[in-house]
Amino acid sequence: MANWFEKILPSFIRKDSSKKSTIPEGLWQSCSSCSNILYVPELEAALFVCPKCDHHIRLGARKRLELFLDPEATEEISANISPNDWLKFKDTKKYKDRIASAQEVSSEKEALVVMEGKLNKLPVVVAAFEFRFMGGSMGAVVGQKFVEGMNHALEKKLPFICFSTSGGARMQESLISLYQMAKTSAVIERMKQAGLPYISVMIDPIYGGVSASLAMLGDINIAEPKALVGFTGPRVIEQTLNVQLPEGFQRSEFLLEHGAIDMIVHRKDMRSTLHRLLTKLQDNAS
Amino acid sequence: MLQNYLDFEEPIAVLEKKIEELQSSELLSPEEISEEILKLNESAIKLTEKIYSNLSAWQSVQVARHPQRPHFLDYVEKVCDDFDELHGDRHYGDDRAVIGGLASIGDHKVMLIGHEKGRSTEEKIEHNFGMSQPEGYRKACRLMQIAERFKLPVVTLVDTPGAYPGIDSEERGQSEAIAYNLQIMSSLKTPILVNVVGEGGSGGALALAVGDHITMMQYATYSVASPEACASIVWRDSTKSPDAAEAMKLNAENILKLNLIDEVIKEPLGGSHRNHDQAALILKNSIIKNLKDLKSFETTDLIERRYTRLMGYGSL
Repeated sequence: MANWFEKILPSFIRKDSSKKSTIPEGLWQSCSSCSNILYVPELEAALFVCPKCDHHIRLGARKRLELFLDPEATEEISANISPNDWLKFKDTKKYKDRIASAQEVSSEKEALVVMEGKLNKLPVVVAAFEFRFMGGSMGAVVGQKFVEGMNHALEKKLPFICFSTSGGARMQESLISLYQMAKTSAVIERMKQAGLPYISVMIDPIYGGVSASLAMLGDINIAEPKALVGFTGPRVIEQTLNVQLPEGFQRSEFLLEHGAIDMIVHRKDMRSTLHRLLTKLQDNAS
Repeated sequence: MLQNYLDFEEPIAVLEKKIEELQSSELLSPEEISEEILKLNESAIKLTEKIYSNLSAWQSVQVARHPQRPHFLDYVEKVCDDFDELHGDRHYGDDRAVIGGLASIGDHKVMLIGHEKGRSTEEKIEHNFGMSQPEGYRKACRLMQIAERFKLPVVTLVDTPGAYPGIDSEERGQSEAIAYNLQIMSSLKTPILVNVVGEGGSGGALALAVGDHITMMQYATYSVASPEACASIVWRDSTKSPDAAEAMKLNAENILKLNLIDEVIKEPLGGSHRNHDQAALILKNSIIKNLKDLKSFETTDLIERRYTRLMGYGSL
C-alpha cells in the first residue's frame, strides 16, 4: 500500500509539469487535445493515443523507438556526438546555454536518436527526432547522425526508417544547418541507388528545412493522423499574406489529398504496416 | 541610372552631389572646375573604399538587396553571348521567379538557371520578388536533367529572399520540390557551378545551390533564414533583424572562413549596383575559369568529390 501512495502523490504534484512532458512519470496524465485525465498504464498500452479522442500524444524519441522496435537487441548508433557552437551564436541567450538546457529538459545529447533493432524480427535502422530538444531542429549533429545511421544501413544492407518531428533547420548554426538539408538528401540518394528502402514517417509537426529535405524523400511517405507538415508555418503564411487558412490546412489528411504522402497510419498500426511494406519491398530486392 | 543611396552611403552621396553641382557651376573657370572635380573624385573613391571595406552584416544585407543590384536577367544580357530560355515544369506552370535556359558563356555551352527578382513594380510582380513556387524548382530540376543528358555543365545564379510562403505553394508540395532538387543535384552527372550573386535565402536558395564549386559575390549574403525570419523565430522580435544578420554571420567573408563556400568574387568599388558592366565581366571571367577547372574532372570523380564535400559540412 505504501507503494501505491508513493506513486500517486507525485502525480498530483507533477500535474502541471506532466502536461509539458511527453514521457509521463506519474499515474495520471491529461490529454493535450481533449484535456481528459487519462490513466497512464492504460495510455501506454494504447501507445499514448488518447482513448477518448484518438489524439496522438507527443512522444519522446527514445520512448518512440522503445515502443516501435522489438524489445530485445537494440543498439544505439552514434550516441555520443554533441553539438558545437560554430558561430558563437547569441540571441537573448547564448546558444551554448540553450544547448545545455535542451540537454537537461530532454535528457538527450541532441535532437536525433538512431538505433539498429528489429521490427517483428526484421532488422532495421530507425531514427527518431526529439522535439523537446530545441524543437527537434536540425543542426550539424542531427545531419551527421542521420548520415551515420544511413551509412550503417548501407553497410549492413538494412532498410531505414525515420520518425521526423521538427521545427526545421536550427537558426543558431545558420548556413551549417541549411547545408544539412543537402547532406541528408545526398545520403538518401545513396540509399536509393543501393536499392535499400527508406520510409519517412511524419509526426506532428514538421516544417522548414526538415520538411524540405529528409522528411519528404521517403520511398514511402507516411504520416500519423492529423500531423501538421509543411514548408512555411501557418502563422507566417497568415501574417505574410493576410489570409485565413482553410480548415485542416497542412494536416496529414490535406497532404494525402494533395498527393504528398502515401498513407496515414494510426500509431497502433505503425509496426504492422511498416513491417508489411518492408517485407514486400525487400523480398524482390535479393 | 539615378543612384539610390543606402543610409550608410550618405557621406558618398554628399560628395557625389557636390561633384554634380560643380559640373554645372558657372562661377568657376573650366580649369578650376576640373581640378576641383578631380580632387573630389579622389576623395569619393577613398571614402567608398573605406566604407565598403568594413561593412557590417546588416549593411551587406542592404547591398545584397539594393534595388539597382544586377539581377539574373542583367547578367544574362551581359555575361552570355546568347541565351535561349526554356519554360515550364511540364506539370503545372512556368514560374517566373526561377529562369533557366541554354546559354553560351565564352567557349562554354551551359544550362544557366537562376532566381530573378524583377526591378520595376510590374517586373517584381511577374517574378514574384524572386520567391519561387514549387514549379520554379521543378523547372530547374527538369533543366538540370537535360543538362545531365547532354553533358552540359549547370551554372546557377542564386538571388532569392526564400521560397514563396503561400497556400497554393503548400498544396502543390513546396517542401518536396526543394527536397527533390537537393537529392538530384547531389548526384547529377555533370559539373554544377553555383554563384550566390545576391540574397541566398534559406531552402529556396539551396534548391539551386548544391554543387561542385560555390562562389559568393563579395556583398552577397547566404543564410538559413532571412534576418527578419531569424529575428522573429529566435528573438521573437522582427526589429532585431540587424542582430540576427550579425549573429548568423551571413556575409561572404565570414562564410568563406567557415569553409562553407570556395571563393569570394570581388565586386566593383562600392558594390555591383554601381557598375553592372564591370560586375558582369568579373562574374563572366570567374565562370569561364571555374568551368574550365570543373570540366577537368572525370564524371565519377566529380560525383565522389561532390559527395565528400557535402558529407564534410558540419561533420565533427
